[in-house]
Amino acid sequence: MIPPTFDYVAPKTLSEAVAALGQENAKVLAGGQSLIPLMRFRLASPAVLVDLNRVESLSYIEEKGGWLKIGSMTRESALEHSSLVREKYPLLADAASVISDPIVRNMGTVGGNLANGDPGNDHPATMLAYGAEVVAVGPKGERVIPIASFFVGLFESALAKNEILTEVRIPASKPRSGGAYLKLERKVGDFATAAVAAQVELDAKGKFKSVGIGLTNVGLTAIKATAAEDFLKGKDSSDENIRKAAQLAADAAQPVADVRGSENYKRSLVKTYTVRALRLAVQRAKGG
Amino acid sequence: MSTHHIHVTINGKAHEADVESRLLLVHLLRENLNMTGTHIGCDTTSCGACTVQLNGKPVKSCTVLAVQADGMEVKTVEGLATNGKLHAIQEGFHEKHGLQCGFCTPGMMMTSSALLEQNPHPTEDEIRHAISGNLCRCTGYMNIVKAVQYAADKMAEGA
Repeated sequence: MIPPTFDYVAPKTLSEAVAALGQENAKVLAGGQSLIPLMRFRLASPAVLVDLNRVESLSYIEEKGGWLKIGSMTRESALEHSSLVREKYPLLADAASVISDPIVRNMGTVGGNLANGDPGNDHPATMLAYGAEVVAVGPKGERVIPIASFFVGLFESALAKNEILTEVRIPASKPRSGGAYLKLERKVGDFATAAVAAQVELDAKGKFKSVGIGLTNVGLTAIKATAAEDFLKGKDSSDENIRKAAQLAADAAQPVADVRGSENYKRSLVKTYTVRALRLAVQRAKGG
Repeated sequence: MSTHHIHVTINGKAHEADVESRLLLVHLLRENLNMTGTHIGCDTTSCGACTVQLNGKPVKSCTVLAVQADGMEVKTVEGLATNGKLHAIQEGFHEKHGLQCGFCTPGMMMTSSALLEQNPHPTEDEIRHAISGNLCRCTGYMNIVKAVQYAADKMAEGA
């Protein structure tokens, strides 16, 4: 399977890339680990590929101004092996280490994983749980998009056709905070049957100060389980509360039956994994 | 459709080629350069048979455009042996019977030799994790893991 014909440009700067993206039916090539297979299957046939792999300014992982800022072309393997991420952002470290397989992670990028708008990708739910922001740059300049309004539909994001996702930023790690990402996959490299991202911050008394819960591959987009989040705020981290929240998360899921399981199975899986992800997040927030 | 003049170093040797933008790296290797050691398995980024090293990192060459490798170094299974002497990882697969049909072997070796460059003394878990993107349908992986362990020991002796 050879992709259909297309023009290819590999700009070295972001402004050149934005200009190139203004061409008719142009599309960004990030890691290519989803787009190139889609082109080979003729499910995508852009006229022009704008390859961002030579825009070096888009690869970074740094804490700055109250955020963990991640350049959109940062490879998943760089996130997975970052000591900063491993030490202070366990939810992100968990997610980065289960995205597809280790070889794909050498090419795959965090920006591509988000901008693709695939509900089976792992960063969308992760970033929903973190309450992240996405930075996009287009011909008119830069704008910031809250992650909660970024995923519009199946394979659809809030990015305009001529905008490039340049950065995703996560609120910097706070004391008494922790997170976890739990994914059930049939085998390494498969999309999740379902997965749950949880990020919590506890107050001095051990009650939930903030809670973020994101669900992978149980709807047309990644789902932010807001009812479960709201339920837990101000409450203690008792098993009873966690179980009630997990039921609310399962209620928010909209799975469909496929080769990975029935609707009921997936909903039940969301409940179980929400319980486990919240427990682990709380344990990590307490320094365990 | 655009064509591009690219410079790629493959197994230490400089190559130049005019390529269509849609030419995949694996096709550049196999069809344009007749280097058929790199195999095409699933053709869908799943199996890892086509794994080569791009600037030292294993990638699936069925999911990289040849033009993306412009200015880079590619290493394939043909580049493992030096002066007719097998690389330790090749010797390991031979000694430990790390293959049956052999189809996945080039990809397995490109992934595991890259692992040993980064981590000369991997644990069994680390080996299994590293090769989890390379599928073998014959061996059950036991002997592949032993082959990588053999190579790690062999390289440590030589160091």
